[in-house]
Parts: sequence; C-alpha cells; structure tokens
Amino acid sequence: MVNRAASWKIVSLAALALALVALFLFLHVGNWDYAIPRRSLKIAALLLTGCAIAFSTAVFQTITNNRILTPSILGLDSLFMLLQTGIVYFAGSGSVLVTNGNLNFVLSAVLMILFSAVLYRFVFRRGQQNLYFLLLIGLVIGTMFQSFSTFMEVLIDPNEFQVVQGKMFASFNNVNTQIVLISAVVMLLVTAFFLRSAKYLDVLSLGRDHAVNLGVPYESVVKRLLVIVSILISVSTALVGPITFLGLLVVNVAHAFFRTYRHRYLIAGSMLIAIVALAGGQLLVERVFIFSTPISVIINFVGGVYFLYLLLKENRA
Amino acid sequence: MIEVRDVSKSYNGRTVVDRASVALPKGKITSFIGPNGAGKSTLLSIISRLIGKDEGEVLIEGREISQWKTNELARKISILKQSNHINLKLTVRELVSFGRFPYSQGRLTKEDEASVDEAIRYLNLEAIQHKHLDQLSGGQSQRAFIAMVVAQDTEYVLLDEPLNNLDMKHSVQIMQTLRRLADELGKTVVIVLHDINFASCYSDFIVALKDGRVVRQGTAEAMINPAVLEEVYEMAMDIRLIGGNKICVYYT
Repeated sequence: MVNRAASWKIVSLAALALALVALFLFLHVGNWDYAIPRRSLKIAALLLTGCAIAFSTAVFQTITNNRILTPSILGLDSLFMLLQTGIVYFAGSGSVLVTNGNLNFVLSAVLMILFSAVLYRFVFRRGQQNLYFLLLIGLVIGTMFQSFSTFMEVLIDPNEFQVVQGKMFASFNNVNTQIVLISAVVMLLVTAFFLRSAKYLDVLSLGRDHAVNLGVPYESVVKRLLVIVSILISVSTALVGPITFLGLLVVNVAHAFFRTYRHRYLIAGSMLIAIVALAGGQLLVERVFIFSTPISVIINFVGGVYFLYLLLKENRA
Repeated sequence: MIEVRDVSKSYNGRTVVDRASVALPKGKITSFIGPNGAGKSTLLSIISRLIGKDEGEVLIEGREISQWKTNELARKISILKQSNHINLKLTVRELVSFGRFPYSQGRLTKEDEASVDEAIRYLNLEAIQHKHLDQLSGGQSQRAFIAMVVAQDTEYVLLDEPLNNLDMKHSVQIMQTLRRLADELGKTVVIVLHDINFASCYSDFIVALKDGRVVRQGTAEAMINPAVLEEVYEMAMDIRLIGGNKICVYYT
C-alpha cells in the first residue's frame, strides 16, 4: 500500500526529471552538431553530481542519525577551496594547474580522498571509535582550511582573486568529456562497493545500539560507508565545485515528500529531486539569467530559505 | 547459559565495572539491582556486545562473545536499552518488523510476517499496530519496543530499565509479559531494575552490584533479606510478607 504510493511518487519524479533533461537538451537547438554534444556533456556532469551528492548526503545523515548535517562537515569542500586558492597564490592563475582542467580535477580528487583516508585513520586508530569525534575534527580542520584560504585570498591580486572566486561556486559550464568519464567510472565502482552494505541502511537509521543488537557489523559498515561518502563527495566537488548544500536540500525534501524510513525510496527520490533541482536550476541560469549567475547561487538561496524553515519547524516541534 | 568472568571496564581511569562475575541461568528471570552508578547498565551492555570490555570474558553457551559472528549473536541474544528515542516516521508494525532483520536481512518472508504478528499479539498491540511511534504514550511505545525484541526471538532477552518512566499499571503489565516470556516461551530474561519490589515479586535470581562489583547474587528468596539489602543500598529496609510476596518498605 505504502509501497505503491512511494513507487508512484518515484515514477512521477522520474518523469519530471526526464522532462527537464529533455527540455535542457532540446530547447532552442540552433546547430545540432554543436549544441547537442555540449549539452549532453553538461547533463552527464549534472546527473553524476546530483546523484553523488544526494546519495552521499542521505547515507551520511543515516550514519550520523542527524537530518541537518551534510558531508561538508568532513571538511572536503574547504580542502578543495584551499587547494584552488593555494595554486593561484603560489603558482598564479596562468599556471598549468589552473588552466588544465584534467590535471586540476585529478589533483583535487586525489588530494581530497587522501585527506579523508588520513582523517579516518587518525580518528579510528584509537580503539574507541566515536563518530561525533570524527565530525568535530572534520569541522575544526575544515574551518582552519577556510581561514587559510581567506588569508591567501586577501593577499592576492584582485584579478587573480576573480579566478579563485570562479571556483567557489559550482558550475557545469567548464566540464570536459575526459573528467566526466573518469568520474562516471569511479562512481560506478563505488556503487558496486556500496551494494554489499545497502541492506543495512534502514537498520542503521535506528541508531547504533539497535543496529548492533540486530546484528549489523556496525564499525566496519560505518567505516565502509564513510569511505564511499568521501570518495563521492571528492569526485563530484572536483568535477563541478562545492555543492554539498544541495544534498541537505534534496534529502530533506525527499523525507518530506516520501514520509518513509526506507532508503530504497529515500535515496532514489533524493537523486531524482537533485536532478530536477540541477536541471531546472541550470535551465534558469541559461535561459532566464543568461549566465549572469552560477547555479550554486540559486541553489544556495533556495536551500538557505528552506533550511531556515526547517530549523524553525524543528524548533517548534 | 551466559557466564561472565572477571569482566572489568573503565573510562579514563575510572573503573565502572570491576572484576564482575555472574552466571545467568537459562529460562529464568534475573534482575540486576543496585544503587545509581553501580555499573548495572554497563555490565548489561557488555554482555550484549554494545560496549567492549577491558578485561575478562563473557561466555554465551560456552563461546566467548568476541568469537561469535555478530549476526549469529543477534539470533541468540537481544538487548533493549532504556532510552529509545527514534527520530523516524515509523509505525509500530514497521518497528516490530525490524526485529526480524537478523533472519531476513530486510526482506521479510512469510514466516517473518507470522513472527511479527505473533509478537504484536503477545504485547496486545493489534489495535495500534499501524499508528506511528510519535503518537504513542510512554507505556505503548515501551511495549512496541519489547515487541520488537520478542519478534527477534532470541533465547536471551536483556532489558535495561524497562520500567523507566512508566506508571504502576504499565509496569505491572510489562513485568507480567516478561514473566510469560520466561515461563511460556522458556526465554532467559535479564533486566536492570530500580524498583526493588518488582525485582522481589517477579525475578527468580537477583544480582546485586555496587561500585562496579557484584556484591551478592542468589535466588530472589535469599537476596531479599534485610542484611543483604542494607549492604547493597546502605539503608535499613523493613521486609514484610504480603500476599506471599516479600515487600520492602523503605519510604520513611
């Protein structure tokens, strides 16, 4: 009964997502040979990012049993910005690390994955593993990275700063085939790695004690999921820029829309909502604002308003 | 049979459980009693692998707890902690269905559904099985959580202060259900209790803890004794026989 309702919602969301994607692809096509490949590339990046962000936020919120956290608390976005600012500060905006998109992508992704590996190793080394300790460390280090970035940003030439600023907001306008392909491959591999733990998600949302009681190998499952989350976040951030806020938005909309604890629906729903938001947002950016604003500004604005609403609602309950 | 041998646990140098040794006989109700901070809940959590121990061993059917696969263990022993706040949109039936996870890994079979039905009936939850958890009273929600443990169908059932925040009527209901679990289904029930008279009326064995140590253990008959209780609680208690039950009077 519930399942049928949820399935219908999934189908209608999928239809909406498909319609928006089609609209994005085929609206005002002037020169087919030129426009379609470029637009498909954007759409591919958009689908990958939307799914990765929605998925990792949903999983992250389940692990932490907290509906207002996003994986950005692990400090990965801040590390990305620190790297981008650092490159411009030390090597200048003309450096090959800035101009060569592929190089920049690989460097950012690898650095973020390495960072989370070191962070997890450091926190989980001590027998007593505490998830909140990890979040605290992530938050502190993230803030430190941000301060370093700000420090360098105020010192560099204003023209150079423009380059850094361009990196602060997620954008689908400068992706290329190679990095989209690499991202897709990495994300597929990670998904395969995830499938073994998929069945545990519903139980994990009951909290640690219940999960252990019900026979979930809690420590190893949570570690595996955290690794998956950070790889997905790293790849999608390297691909288009910091956009984790989107995850908070779509996962909460999915919760409100589906009213279920079942991750099968929540995750699929979050991904579709993310695609709708990104494709719709990108359409707005290109057709209404004529590229005068990056998509993440729109998403952060809408998301910010929704977030405030969420806080006020939780406050009253 | 569960055997706890010389188990110790300390946090930052403060010893919470100190070389505790307990034997929990099969098919009986054993109550852990003792003052606040005696280590009752910690010991229960160690026995159910929710927290690790620093020293000693916990043998479940002769096998050390760390040697068990966690999923096998989930079909042998279940634990319900005292605070069960779940921030999810769940109905009673969905919660109880989670109890079948160790068997079905999330895909309920016909037998699983039957066990869920049975657990719901056992705790008289039929009428409210489709209500959401956040609509329930304290007593109802405690019964729902106990139904989940019943659906888990383990030989050993561990409950940490199941009467916390319940009124007399609901407390009696819960204790009667636990008694039935032991008598009718042959479960081994281990509970942490604060109300000494519930321990006296419903349990077969009592384990008294104090400052992390097991100070006394024995049959309820032997343990509800002024000398023993004074040693445990450091206060004088008057024990009366009322309707065949030993009742401790300590209110004034």
